[in-house]
Amino acid sequence: MNVRVRCFAAVREIVGVGELVVELPEGSTLGQLIRELQSQFPKLQALTGSLLFSVNREYASADTRLAAGDEVAFIPPVSGGTDV
Amino acid sequence: MFEITDQPLLLEPLVTIVKRSSSGAVATFLGVVREQTRGRQVRYLEYEAYPEMAIPKMREIADEIRRKWEVDEIAIVHRIGRLQIGEASVAIAVSAPHRREALAACAYAIDRLKEIVPIWKKEVWTDGEEWVGPSA
Repeated sequence: MNVRVRCFAAVREIVGVGELVVELPEGSTLGQLIRELQSQFPKLQALTGSLLFSVNREYASADTRLAAGDEVAFIPPVSGGTDV
Repeated sequence: MFEITDQPLLLEPLVTIVKRSSSGAVATFLGVVREQTRGRQVRYLEYEAYPEMAIPKMREIADEIRRKWEVDEIAIVHRIGRLQIGEASVAIAVSAPHRREALAACAYAIDRLKEIVPIWKKEVWTDGEEWVGPSA
């Protein structure tokens, strides 16, 4: 099955594109997708501790089961606004 | 009203948008780009958003506010793209029958925005650059 992965900020710069399609075995979890991308892009490992993930635009944990067509996002620490 | 825009932000139109005949107060917040950050000289900031998720998260913050305080209307607008020193990155306006609720809700909105709304900034300094998190 294919899932869409959207990449932002530091993640986008490591991966080199804002969006990619990843093929995974049926029934894969978000955690498996993360490991797959970490092996393709080893620099992601340095970020992983601080990353959040979303599935279909809701924050999700690594044990979330993915389905074909899901939109996953790798979300570096959020930084809206200004530190005032 | 919840929006992500690449255009300059203005508070006054937001105040007009949120004001109701029941409103006794409008509290506003404007986040602006600072010249110095952690001792480094900023050249400009670059903001990036995941708009399809950011707008629903802004709406979620408004729902949280309505559960906590009696308010009339809430508007949150975030700018993306390259921002120069002194330019506004985020504008918030909250109207309410009374000032305490308006002020508390406005403060809550900016705090929560930094926690849950997927928008990032890259600081570009005179001697380097980095994507930074909210604790920075």
